[in-house]
Amino acid sequence: MAQSLKIGRNLLLASFALAVLVSSALGFSLTAAAAAHEIKVGSLVIKHPWSRQPPKGGKVAAGFLTIVNTGSEDDRLVSATAEISDNVQLHDMAMKDGVMSMFEMKDGIPIPAGATVELKPKSLHIMFIGIKSAPEVGTLIKGTLVFEKAGSVEIDYEVMDMGAGMTQ
Amino acid sequence: MKRGTLFLQVVAAAVLATAAGVLVWQGRPTAPGETIATTRSGQPFRLASSAGGIVDSNDLAGEPYIVYFGFTNCPVICPTTLYELSNELAALGSAGARLKVLFITVDPERDTPDFLATYLQGFDPRIIGLVPTEQQLAEIAKAFGIVYEKVPTSDGSYTMNHTATVFLIDGAGRLLGTLAPDEGEAAKLAKLKRLVAGGGGNG
Repeated sequence: MAQSLKIGRNLLLASFALAVLVSSALGFSLTAAAAAHEIKVGSLVIKHPWSRQPPKGGKVAAGFLTIVNTGSEDDRLVSATAEISDNVQLHDMAMKDGVMSMFEMKDGIPIPAGATVELKPKSLHIMFIGIKSAPEVGTLIKGTLVFEKAGSVEIDYEVMDMGAGMTQ
Repeated sequence: MKRGTLFLQVVAAAVLATAAGVLVWQGRPTAPGETIATTRSGQPFRLASSAGGIVDSNDLAGEPYIVYFGFTNCPVICPTTLYELSNELAALGSAGARLKVLFITVDPERDTPDFLATYLQGFDPRIIGLVPTEQQLAEIAKAFGIVYEKVPTSDGSYTMNHTATVFLIDGAGRLLGTLAPDEGEAAKLAKLKRLVAGGGGNG
């Protein structure tokens, strides 16, 4: 009786230790992935490019990311390309009196010196028009960003669930 | 004394009967061909449906429903709203079993009923796509007081600006309220619960 209790306790301890190990390993890999998803080009830091899975048959998708200009010179995101679309545009979205309006940023998106510019749902975004294939959750969309001063950089958008970024 | 009590009883019975009559009147089923208020301005509509055939607003009478205007080449706000409505419908449970959501396209040039059927597959099955003609779109937009506008893009194509409000229509075809895109989830759900509770046969 006492023996089985002891075994039980040891098992409990062992499984607890395993759980700690697994969760710390997972935590580490998540941190590693997040770190890998930070791209530097010149004095710009690009953080977590991501996209949402579009509805079935949807012909458009949007790319989101954060750009930090750590330099002392203004820059500008002038264009973008993506593997899944031959027609990529820079857009802004505004809500006024309940009306959703889209604006094409024909002169690009300014990235002022020292500023953090967020491309996010219901705001600035990169628009993939006429997508050739449906992005699946967990896959990556390859693309490039072209800046006026920092030049061109390759990025991977992580495709997330349609509900991602809702609470932002 | 006795006579006074009887008088009160008669008055009470009359009041109750009148109240019951009013309730029955409000919740009465709509006679065929009768026009009821179905939009903000009270104008009925008949639009091509992603489920096949036509949705006639007169056939919707007696049950609450939801109307949302959008288009499928919309990158963020329309899929987000449909996704949120799907979650809210799930949260309503059986109380919202008969609630319909009408997703009316403001881009009939590109959105067909068949394509809307495919597009809506990943959302709650209570969401139906409706495709008006340009003429019908102009009429229903006026009836709901919404705006829509084609905006040319640099590639020679266009995108649409549109009212992103969700309209809640009660069982009597009246506008009960609206959901705004940036309203909190709890507030939206409370309104939807009120919509389904007040709908059906109780006016």
